[in-house]
Amino acid sequence: MSSDRSSDKLVYMANQIGKFFASQGEAKAPAAIAEHLKKFWDPRMRAGIVAHLEAGGAGLDPLVREAVQRLRETMSAK
Amino acid sequence: MSLIHEIDYGTPRSKSDTMVTLTIDGETMTVPEGTSIMRAAMEMGTEIPKLCATDMVDAFGSCRLCLVEIEGRAGTPASCTTPVMPGMVVKTQTERLKRLRKGVMELYISDHPLDCLTCAANGDCELQDMAGAVGLRDVRYGHEGHNHPNPGLDESNPYFTYDPSKCIVCSRCVRACEEVQGTFALTIAGRGFDSVVSPGMEESFLGSECVSCGACVQACPTATLTEKSVIEIGQPEHSVITTCAYCGVGCTFKAEMRGNEVVRMVPWKDGKANRGHSCVKGRFAWGYASHKERILNPMIRVSITDPWREVSWEEAIAHTASEFKRIQAKYGRLAIGGITSSRCTNEETFLVQKLIRGGFGNNNVDTCARVCHSPTGYGLSQTYGTSAGTQDFDSVEHSDVILLIGANPTDAHPVFGSRMKKRLREGAKLIVLDPRRIDLVRMPHVEASYHLPLRPGTNVAVLTALAHVVVTEGLADEHFVRERCDWDEFQDWAAFVADPRNSPEAISELSGVPAEDIRAAARLYATGGNGAIYYGLGVTEHSQGSTTVMAIANLAMATGNIGRPGVGVNPLRGQNNVQGACDMGSFPHELSGYRHVSGDETRALFEALWGVPLDHEPGLRIPNMLDAAVDGVFKGLYVQGEDILQSDPDTRHVAAGLAAMECVVVQDLFLNETANYAHVFLPGSTFLEKDGTFTNAERRIQRVRKVMPSKSGKADWEITIDLANAMGFSMAYAHPSEIMDEIARLTPSFAGVSYAKLEAEGSVQWPCNEHAPHGTPVMHVDGFVRGKGRFMVTEYVATDERTGPRFPLLLTTGRILSQYNVGAQTRRTANVVWHGEDRLEIHPHDAEQRGVHDGQWVKLASRSGETSLRALITERVAPGVVYTTFHHPGTQANVVTTDFSDWATNCPEYKVTAVQVMPSNGPTAWQESYDEQARTSRRIEPIVEAAE
Repeated sequence: MSSDRSSDKLVYMANQIGKFFASQGEAKAPAAIAEHLKKFWDPRMRAGIVAHLEAGGAGLDPLVREAVQRLRETMSAK
Repeated sequence: MSLIHEIDYGTPRSKSDTMVTLTIDGETMTVPEGTSIMRAAMEMGTEIPKLCATDMVDAFGSCRLCLVEIEGRAGTPASCTTPVMPGMVVKTQTERLKRLRKGVMELYISDHPLDCLTCAANGDCELQDMAGAVGLRDVRYGHEGHNHPNPGLDESNPYFTYDPSKCIVCSRCVRACEEVQGTFALTIAGRGFDSVVSPGMEESFLGSECVSCGACVQACPTATLTEKSVIEIGQPEHSVITTCAYCGVGCTFKAEMRGNEVVRMVPWKDGKANRGHSCVKGRFAWGYASHKERILNPMIRVSITDPWREVSWEEAIAHTASEFKRIQAKYGRLAIGGITSSRCTNEETFLVQKLIRGGFGNNNVDTCARVCHSPTGYGLSQTYGTSAGTQDFDSVEHSDVILLIGANPTDAHPVFGSRMKKRLREGAKLIVLDPRRIDLVRMPHVEASYHLPLRPGTNVAVLTALAHVVVTEGLADEHFVRERCDWDEFQDWAAFVADPRNSPEAISELSGVPAEDIRAAARLYATGGNGAIYYGLGVTEHSQGSTTVMAIANLAMATGNIGRPGVGVNPLRGQNNVQGACDMGSFPHELSGYRHVSGDETRALFEALWGVPLDHEPGLRIPNMLDAAVDGVFKGLYVQGEDILQSDPDTRHVAAGLAAMECVVVQDLFLNETANYAHVFLPGSTFLEKDGTFTNAERRIQRVRKVMPSKSGKADWEITIDLANAMGFSMAYAHPSEIMDEIARLTPSFAGVSYAKLEAEGSVQWPCNEHAPHGTPVMHVDGFVRGKGRFMVTEYVATDERTGPRFPLLLTTGRILSQYNVGAQTRRTANVVWHGEDRLEIHPHDAEQRGVHDGQWVKLASRSGETSLRALITERVAPGVVYTTFHHPGTQANVVTTDFSDWATNCPEYKVTAVQVMPSNGPTAWQESYDEQARTSRRIEPIVEAAE
């Protein structure tokens, strides 16, 4: 699988998660999405989605983009 | 060890709480109201002679052998059909009774062949026993038995014979088929001396509706219906209680043995899951254990194109450990992982995840629940706080309305299916949500009140529409919700479901279900008394699988159908120990007991006992492992008892992932499809060859007991221990009971579980700890595990797998009664007579449009791939929907399924694949090349004996 295809798949999966949490509203959803990614995605996948964000984050839904941004901040804080 | 003889009380136990005292043969006896005199006598140890009575079916009163005398009553009533009364005085043995019984037996024997010495039932014949019991010494009417019709032996069923000449027309088989199994395949044809048991319309057993559950054979008091294995081997001499290794019902059986040879498996009456019943798989399909294709020696090879080379256990284990260590040294700690088996025991599963977390040093562990009920785990933990069903199976006896969603229990969980049918015959109502017209929609003496044949992929929409009706028509149980659930979250949820866009009328078009049926079904579920939801993989295997589970949980909470017998949310788990595999910490983010790996306190407990630090990050799930392998960063996999190449979606992707690895280790009974890509094969053991426990779908932990030595020399838990030690991670257990002790020490919900407790109580349902020392049949009785029940908003999101001009049909996949999962076991038994190949079910309208005839080869194509199989034209599927099973590797149904998956858990979307169907000439080129590759891959190098 090429890295482009890997990124596409991560973006797709992250957006799927985002669609569920979207019903919690803009205030709560990003934190819930970020928490889900932290609890269920392995570090390599998380690093992959953060790298994708850093490369422009094409395709990420707005709430998911914000969630990945939060994830990025958590990861860089460590 | 001896043969276990269960007491036959003659009639079923009464469930009344009112007690009645009477006198039998001068002794005072107190029994529940409704108990028969026969049963009351047996409970005090007096066995009244009987032939037509057995406690698995209701009294019939036909044989006239169980006569008794009752003070103040004329005549000699049958004790099986006469209930006890207060103050009743009964005599079971008088001169008159002796004379009458002897006369009855004389008539029976006059019409029965007297070939006792060569009869298969010799030593296990109730007719023989009763002749002895009544002291029959002479038969004045001759011994030929020539009056009884003998149309000849029916040997059509692969597992038992029917010999009408031995039949005493007691109707026990007919009644067992009706009352226990609920199939109604048997009847008595003819009258008087012409009476004969008839399968279907005087057909052969194989040609009739008989589902071969074995209830009739079990009920038969003579050799009329006899297991072929008994005819071939003879009567067993000892028995061992153990648990079936097929589906998640977890039936317990007596393995009846002669030496180390299984003579037959007989369902155990005290089994709390099956209550003495069985299905064709557990009862008869155990022959795979000694199938010639079983691999009994470890094997290795350098490349997957090489033939296998048999080696010693020492060499195989050392080679595997060395390869895993090499890969980690070269590619890093995270480059390897493993898959635990839902077919192996709790103890074995626990050890595999322990090896991965402690020995491999990462959390790259997953299990087959990933592809079946992982959304159940997620959905129920979010809403209720625990990852399991809420009830025991007995609960169904108290249900008034059963809402069955995406499950087909008469095929996939047949023994529970029979218990459900029994309750439906007693008057409970049934609502079926399923794209297919499963048997339960309409079958003898069962008819669903509503069948909602929803379009695949619209579960969430329909369940939310049901909730819409509950909320907008004021049918919610506000008292329950206020007391037990988070009220604010309920209000948010209620506002969401009440929105007109979630009304049945709005959902009708996209789901294909008439709005009035959705409304009527919701009203019935909410107001019909105890409402129980049972569901299967038709719920979970969708891109919104977890959302659907939450929608189900919402519905049960909103209607107050939680926390007592008869109600609840009940996932019907697929494999025998898939619940246990999940409980044991097989998911990459959870330690045993569903505790996240990031929890410092939890991890510290394990670290202290295991003596190694544990990774606090979640590991890879199976699909993530395969993706990582294709990406070149995941290189080694230890697979215990799982065939991911056949069972997981998008076969080409699975194959690419496996092919990209440097060391794939398969531990299994057979060279399965995954083994085509393996470098090491470690021969596993069947459930007959080891000790341990399985946990069934009702959280019931039951013993698996070794009945014969391991044919390969090691039980699976011993193999994992050897591998761990070779990896430098110390494991030392002398018996699986010691592993269970460790599980109990580390897992709060198992804290009270031990082999001693299981011996004493038979089985327990977790949680079993200081708060519930005898286990927990019904969960969330006084409060939810998480505290307040949590309503979740379940917005419907259509799957991205869409039909269109190229792929206009929707494929859904599933299981059939006679086969199990990937068929590795059942394909190696005589069960293939019922299902020798996977077929594509297609509606007559769709078939006609495509020029497809019944039995014709058709090509099934999707965006992922294509395969060919033969068509079965049927109205069981709706127009626009096709269905197949995945039991046969030749079909490769998962070549067609896609890699779309559940948003929360990555459970594959097996139930929705857009496909096209067209006539074809036979297997595709890909199937042929796959078959060739599989045959080449299974070559085993002959052992060359060293020269003297």
